[in-house]
Amino acid sequence: MDFNLSEEQTLIRDSIARFVSENYAFDQRNAVVAMEHGFSAEHWQQFAELGWLSIPFAEEHGGFGGGPVDTMVIMQEFGRGLVAEPYLATVMLFGGLLQAGASEQVRENYIPQIIAGELQGAFAYLERQSRYEMTDVVTRADKDGEQWVLNGEKTVVLNGGAADKFIVLARNAGEQSEEAGLTLFLVDASSTGVQRTVYRMTDGQEAATLSFKDVQVEAVIGAVGDGYALMTPIVDDARLAICANALGAMEALNEKTLEYCKTREQFGVAIGSFQALQHRMVDMFGACENVKSLLLRAVCAAQDDDVDARRSLLALKVMAGRAGRLIGGEAIQLHGGMGMTDELSIGFFVKRLMIINSLFGDADYHQQLFAALVNTPASSAAA
Amino acid sequence: MDTRLSEDDLAFQVEVRQFLAEAWDKELAATYGNIATMKEGAEEWQTRLYHKGWVAPHWPVEYGGTDWSVTQSFIYNSERAAVGAPEVLPFGVTMVASVIIAYGSDGQKEKFLPRILKSEDWWCQGYSEPGAGSDLASLKMRADLEGEEYVLNGSKIWTSYAQYANWIFCLVRTDSSGRKQEGITFLLIDMDSPGVTVRAINTIDGFHHLNEVFFDNVRVPVENRIGEEGKGWTYAKSLLVHERLNIAEVASSKCALTVVREEAREEINGGKSLLDDPIFAKRLTDIEIELMALEFTELRALAAISEGNPPGPESSLLKIQGTELQQAIQELRMDVAAYYSGTLQGELTPAGLGHGFADTAQKLYFRGRASSIYGGSNEVQKNITAKYVLGL
Repeated sequence: MDFNLSEEQTLIRDSIARFVSENYAFDQRNAVVAMEHGFSAEHWQQFAELGWLSIPFAEEHGGFGGGPVDTMVIMQEFGRGLVAEPYLATVMLFGGLLQAGASEQVRENYIPQIIAGELQGAFAYLERQSRYEMTDVVTRADKDGEQWVLNGEKTVVLNGGAADKFIVLARNAGEQSEEAGLTLFLVDASSTGVQRTVYRMTDGQEAATLSFKDVQVEAVIGAVGDGYALMTPIVDDARLAICANALGAMEALNEKTLEYCKTREQFGVAIGSFQALQHRMVDMFGACENVKSLLLRAVCAAQDDDVDARRSLLALKVMAGRAGRLIGGEAIQLHGGMGMTDELSIGFFVKRLMIINSLFGDADYHQQLFAALVNTPASSAAA
Repeated sequence: MDTRLSEDDLAFQVEVRQFLAEAWDKELAATYGNIATMKEGAEEWQTRLYHKGWVAPHWPVEYGGTDWSVTQSFIYNSERAAVGAPEVLPFGVTMVASVIIAYGSDGQKEKFLPRILKSEDWWCQGYSEPGAGSDLASLKMRADLEGEEYVLNGSKIWTSYAQYANWIFCLVRTDSSGRKQEGITFLLIDMDSPGVTVRAINTIDGFHHLNEVFFDNVRVPVENRIGEEGKGWTYAKSLLVHERLNIAEVASSKCALTVVREEAREEINGGKSLLDDPIFAKRLTDIEIELMALEFTELRALAAISEGNPPGPESSLLKIQGTELQQAIQELRMDVAAYYSGTLQGELTPAGLGHGFADTAQKLYFRGRASSIYGGSNEVQKNITAKYVLGL
């Protein structure tokens, strides 16, 4: 049993922690979020120079060949600083899908550009009616001669404003919520017929609604009709990544709340001396440790391709959602009136946690998947 | 980062499974599970472990321990719990033995340790008093030195299995002048001494395990004192830490949860299995998800210990979360048993009663209420965590 990071992983963690402490103080972050697209292009170049954008990619494309532990380390540290740069959208999702399914030529063209910080991407999978069922897709892909053409609309596309290219999930066959008949397409953002409406999320990141009218795609990613199977492991990697991000945010919230309770005085004493508040902070600490334990469990299981991997990942997503709600709510409450203001970072962390809960399905949704998995007779013996 | 078992550990796991398959049979489980024959059952189980050399794995090898790695201890405990075999009763092997090994004289080690290994003595723990529960250091039972003997007056309460015990280890007050933690002394007392009486305490689970023990001018030779007079609190505290680490009982809860799931699958309400009831499924999976987290919190603590480090701050949660989950599982099982959760089987067989597990479920539920009280109540655990981990 070994929960230690390797030397390389420790170095990555320390270098991100240093970046966060030098560049992500409260006022600095506010300035970054106020920039065009809600992040700093300069920071993104710095990420490229430090090699962070290369970590999950295969060595043959100039990547570092990193695994789930590396992803965890990076995203957790980003979470502690509430880093705004679109690592999830461009590297994990867009880059992950390219690496998993694109033709060798497409990979050779674009993965080095991502690693160099020259290409922004986004994954457009959601639609108005789809809620958490990613298979619920009505955007159409039809063949016009040799050319695939898209028609439809995609919503809440993270990093959709800055993205140079999208990977779009569209239906070429099958009924509305069928797994089969879904295909992933690479689309250039400047293509004729693409219209994007850009807005901000509550945590400051940019998202977009994309509409497609007779849009000619640049390439098919993976096999036609096989898009759902192709995207599932990439979305699972992203689930792990956002839970690590949530853990970092929860750790930061707990530290800030603890610090506040030790210094804020009422009735002539520090409010942290009140037992009612102490027990609430112990519960916050416990919730955070639960997420950390399940994250380590899910990461180890993913790394070893263990039979327990799916169950651990679902449990983690449930716990991260619930713990995020608890810790976020308590952090605001224990900060009192100051917790309600934009003058402290507390609210921004809470907003990030709320978004992470709903991303790829909330805690309730994942708990239903978990129940279906563990309550079928074959798998219950593994409990 | 790696949680896979090594080849050697996998081989050890096979050996443990083979041993348990032979040593923990149905007959022994039945003997142990019946209060009338529980003492014989416990002694037989410990004797089988003794012959295998596994009765006191955590002791130093020179006294009869096994020198298992932390991982091996974890494997043994997981496998043991998976077949429903109990932990060795802690009062002798774990509690008093740890203090004797750490602070006892050579004479005490020679006299007591071999008898503990062979289950020749049955020990009980005399800490709590009617006026000293979670605030243990306020204990008042007096021990006055007269020549070469202490004279004891007072009482101890919540003493598990005192009715079977021939020895009791006690914290007693030898000095009341300083801080309450000072002036406490650790004594080993022969239960057959004149002046010791035991009163049974009837408990809500209908299972006689708790007692009150009275001491009326009981004379104890000075040679039965552990270490120095007035240092008893320090000795006992090291042992309490051990008690807290042990208390999560994740492996047993995993086993119990599997049992409840299968029982729920068979319970049909309105033509539907209880497992298909979304509200029940939510409760069941809430517990399972938290248990999966706690299992890794425990592994994190064990990994730290195995590297020679103290367990991290997360280990302070093991007792609180472990007992909350045990109680949640017990509560869920009561609800699975529906009307029958209120029945007492008494002389009936399960078939005569009409339900297989209700009697067990209600006994475990009521007995389980104690787990958030003993070993420092969960509220005291939260105070400790707030103070020592969060620095409040």
